Amino acid sequence: MEFVMPAFACTVVIFGLVRRVPVFDVFLKGAKEGIQLLYSIAPTIMGLVFAIDLLRASGAVDSLCKLIEPAAEYLGFPKEIVPMALLRPISGGGSTALLTALYQDCGPDSFAGRVASVLAGSSETTFYAIAMYYGCIKVKKIRHTLFAALMADFTAVVVSIITVRIFFGN
Amino acid sequence: MLNYIWSGLVIISITCSIIFGNTSNLSKALIDSGASSIELIFTMAGIMCLWSGIMKIAVESGFTSAIAKLFAPLLRPLFPSLDKNSAAFKSITMNISANLLGLGNAATPFGLKAMEQLHTLNNKSDTASNEMVIFVVMNTASLQLLPTTLATLRQTYGSSAPFEIIVPVWISSACALAVALILACTLNLKK
Repeated sequence: MEFVMPAFACTVVIFGLVRRVPVFDVFLKGAKEGIQLLYSIAPTIMGLVFAIDLLRASGAVDSLCKLIEPAAEYLGFPKEIVPMALLRPISGGGSTALLTALYQDCGPDSFAGRVASVLAGSSETTFYAIAMYYGCIKVKKIRHTLFAALMADFTAVVVSIITVRIFFGN
Repeated sequence: MLNYIWSGLVIISITCSIIFGNTSNLSKALIDSGASSIELIFTMAGIMCLWSGIMKIAVESGFTSAIAKLFAPLLRPLFPSLDKNSAAFKSITMNISANLLGLGNAATPFGLKAMEQLHTLNNKSDTASNEMVIFVVMNTASLQLLPTTLATLRQTYGSSAPFEIIVPVWISSACALAVALILACTLNLKK
């Protein structure tokens, strides 16, 4: 699957050329927006990496993992991903910080690393999306939106574990 | 909400480190975290700039609208009461296709526009309409087909095959989306 990204980039560039778009100028414009976006989220990332590094160093994550280890083991759930699974619907930056922490501790190609990767790729910051979309039109009664969205996040956790077991067999 | 979570994390860390007698680790982490966050930001910077550039070409050349047209028939059954030429349905298809391409930035304005148009169709009520529930639920699921930032992070932290997770990501996303849509649609009927 390593060719997906370059193949897609190539298709887009050729499509742009055919449509007579000044591809390089447009590319530069987009890249500038990318830098600006990063500039705006950098303080958030810094703040959350700080909090999560502290949490790891304090031994709190380890003791939480030890606490849930028996239940996690029983369910075949890698205990290392629990903090990330909990933070994922709430904060995108926070779960990225936890994801990189997990890569450092377990490695991206470990079982927990793969499950965390799949989970990060298949879920979103649920609360943020709901707050933003309903907030902009001031709708307060959101009915079953949150329930359906959180059940989807839970499904992503379960299916991440199952698919990693099937695909990588560990 | 992040105000409470963030301060909670800091307070828990400091309390735990005192209980476990880890205070020296904590001050080391306090100093190191600045460097590690800058490292993370630089790792993300490269791919974000490059990909934003490529995706800008996709938007300006009409590639995104072409994808939107392709997906419109698939989205039709989810919004049966919307006219397929309505502004709301067009904004919805643009939002979903931008999300599929991983254009979070481009998707949001379309999404906000869609919500406003759905709000008007719903007589500006303060209760969410069926269409709103389905649309927001789709936006809380991850639709992105190419997890570029994720692959970059995997590679940076030493993965031998950063993209090997892509098929499991698709399966997991599809299952999550299916659960969200089935729940949203069934509960919509119950109104």
